[in-house]
Amino acid sequence: MGNKQTIFTDEQLDAYQDCTFFTRKEILRLHGRYHELAPHLVPMDYTNEPDCKVPLALIVNMPELKENPFRNRIVESFSEDGMGNLSFNEFVDMFSVLSEMAPRELKAIYAFKIYDFNVDNYLCKEDLEKTLNRLTKEELTPEEVQLVCEKAIEEADLDGDSKLSFADFENMITRAPDFLR
Amino acid sequence: MQLRRRRQSRPAIRDFSRSARPSIRGYGMEVDSTDAEVSKRDRLVNNLQNLSVSDRVRMLRGMPLSVAEKSELSQIPCCSQLKYYIIIGARHSWYSWLNFLHSLQLWQVALKTVSGRFGTGVLSYFLFLKTLLFFNFFLFLVTGAFMVLPQAVHPPVLPAGRSSFSGLELLTGAGYFSDTVMYYGYYSNYTLRKSCRDDGGVQNVSLSNGTRLDCVSKHLSYNMPLAYFFTIGVAFFITCIILVYSMSKSFGQSFRIDKSHSILAMKVLCSWDFKVIKKTSVKLMSENISTQLKELLAEVNQKHVKNTACQKLWRLMVHGLAWTICIGSTTACVLKLQQSSRIADNNLLLTEASLLALPVVVSLINLLLPGLFNLAAWMEDYESPSVRTYVAICRNLMLKVSVLGLLCYHWLGRVAADPEDIGLKCWESFVGQELYRFLLMDFIFTLLDTLFGEFLWRLKVLKRRRKPVFDIARNVLELIYGQTLAWLGVLFTPLLPAVQIIKLFLLFYIKKSSVMMNCQAPRKPYRVSQMTTVFITLLCFPSFLGASVCVTITMWSITPSSSCGPFRELKTMFQAGKRWVEELEKDNPNLSVLARAHSYLVENPFFLFVGAGIFLIVIYFHSQVVDGQRKIISLLQEQIENVRHHLNTVYTALCNYEDNYKTN
Repeated sequence: MGNKQTIFTDEQLDAYQDCTFFTRKEILRLHGRYHELAPHLVPMDYTNEPDCKVPLALIVNMPELKENPFRNRIVESFSEDGMGNLSFNEFVDMFSVLSEMAPRELKAIYAFKIYDFNVDNYLCKEDLEKTLNRLTKEELTPEEVQLVCEKAIEEADLDGDSKLSFADFENMITRAPDFLR
Repeated sequence: MQLRRRRQSRPAIRDFSRSARPSIRGYGMEVDSTDAEVSKRDRLVNNLQNLSVSDRVRMLRGMPLSVAEKSELSQIPCCSQLKYYIIIGARHSWYSWLNFLHSLQLWQVALKTVSGRFGTGVLSYFLFLKTLLFFNFFLFLVTGAFMVLPQAVHPPVLPAGRSSFSGLELLTGAGYFSDTVMYYGYYSNYTLRKSCRDDGGVQNVSLSNGTRLDCVSKHLSYNMPLAYFFTIGVAFFITCIILVYSMSKSFGQSFRIDKSHSILAMKVLCSWDFKVIKKTSVKLMSENISTQLKELLAEVNQKHVKNTACQKLWRLMVHGLAWTICIGSTTACVLKLQQSSRIADNNLLLTEASLLALPVVVSLINLLLPGLFNLAAWMEDYESPSVRTYVAICRNLMLKVSVLGLLCYHWLGRVAADPEDIGLKCWESFVGQELYRFLLMDFIFTLLDTLFGEFLWRLKVLKRRRKPVFDIARNVLELIYGQTLAWLGVLFTPLLPAVQIIKLFLLFYIKKSSVMMNCQAPRKPYRVSQMTTVFITLLCFPSFLGASVCVTITMWSITPSSSCGPFRELKTMFQAGKRWVEELEKDNPNLSVLARAHSYLVENPFFLFVGAGIFLIVIYFHSQVVDGQRKIISLLQEQIENVRHHLNTVYTALCNYEDNYKTN
């Protein structure tokens, strides 16, 4: 474990350690994984902060995300352009929030974004229907899906606008101790 | 009534950068719409700078901002060059220390593989195992540093006729091992002093308190009885604090005002386990969630079918029968154990192999009876899987508590009370050896159970189509049982934590390979955080509390053997501390206050009762406060419902009014 790495400057590594839940070794390992995704795109030397983004299609093929039904939404909610192309900062950010050390409140914020398919800051009925279809892989009939989503909104909606705002979502999360990732 | 549209006091969320929404509230940002983004950021930076370094880092990490934005916010203002460099240096060294700690992390890859395939439920068993390993490691360090090492460096004069090493020692713990640093009997009851430098040949001459010797090193002396007494006391005390702390933390996280107001919503949005990576497990999880949702829908739609009185009676009878079987079998086993322990007493020194009889019987009981309980539960056919798990835990717990209770009574009540009756010179070493044997047999039987229970499926002996499911609750209870034995035995066998560490280490790898090769992911939903809380509570309450009560009774009221160990010639082990205080008082009369305080506070049981009473009262008050807060929360929720209802009515009224106004 020497200080001989030339990928990042020390200030960059310290800044990463300040802003994420990762240690220095993990950040270097993450950079290795990021580089593996697109070796011709990602430079090994990050000291002058190159501006390169790995496309969505390559990121969702990572073994951690491959089988996850929400993989596209996860990557999209961390990307600046909303299309799922992640720079290294966004990549680190994503794994930091998904790691075990991130507090539940932070995960709740991003979970809301992931389930919000039409990106309007509300979980409306269509968002819930899409979520449910991905969860159950089309095992429920469309009528059952409709019914479940209606009931879910009825149960959790506190301000009566028939869609779930973040406040409603957060309120429900606090009652579910098993909201772990 | 005039309706005024309230101006938005917050800027629209879509005005924030993408990854900054939705919630920056709570970070000290009360913004007006007139403020530009720059001044918002300045205010945030100001708020951050007013915090201490660790608070700042924690808040930074918890913010839902992108890393680029956060790193801008985390710039330290250049107040003075020196202060800047000091902060940078401190931060650097802190991170290096964290990196070092992190590289010591045990089993990271193995845990990730298990959770990738089986999810958080099975992972919680392995995490519990890891926690127990750390407890034992701590115990081992403390006893090793303060008891084992000093005594090993200054070996006492041993009696002649020590048996040579034969392989059986590893199983029975007796024979060659009985006169080693492993057991209580080896430890000296005097102050260890370093040898004189003139006497090159005589190594480590130790004095007893009375005789004098020509050359005595004034500095390096080590009061063995005192060290023994205090090490055990302090180790137990620190373990207690750590346990209570983790239990309360776990409670805080998992205790929610449940009452299923939003079951469906929670199922849809909160039940996906993101740790699972493997394709087949993901498919299984989807199927599970679909099944649960269908069941919930059916429940919500239909009215609950009322059982007729006849059915209720039948169910009651079945439950009664099952409980009778369980309690009956437990009682029968415990009585048989009592009988065989009495026989074992009489045949004690017959052969070394016969010493293994009692542990084998106990381990067999622990192995077979839970199977019987499972059969009874299958007959009862519970609807709710969580009720079934709780009932299984209750029955298992009852069995283990009775067995351990009987064993403690047998050792402390019979063996310790009358050791000459059975022909024992050193009953503490004997009890230590018994505990070693029990621990070892427990491990061997768990091994056999894993091999035959789970590997047998592979050979298709039982002709089952589906792989067995890993029974988390039963395995965790076995871990707790083993840990109770280890805690009971630390007083008599200071090296027992080391044995337990080796056992847990091997157990991890055995269970992991068994689970990966032979088991399938659990089908029933498993509430991880609730179960983890239950297990930590069980570790704290029956397990640790029972062990510490036994150890306290031993130290307080049982006469130690007169011919071995660090407390011979004392009435009770506790006298070692008392004697030290008296000596201190003799040497330094100014400390008489301490001696008097010691005699009034610590020895007088009245003080302990008062202390325990105050403690209980404080706990009672806190629980009442928590209850009250819970009531307030449900009242507030009712209020929210009422307000929503009210708003709906007002809105409908307004719409009607507008319609009427338009038509008129």
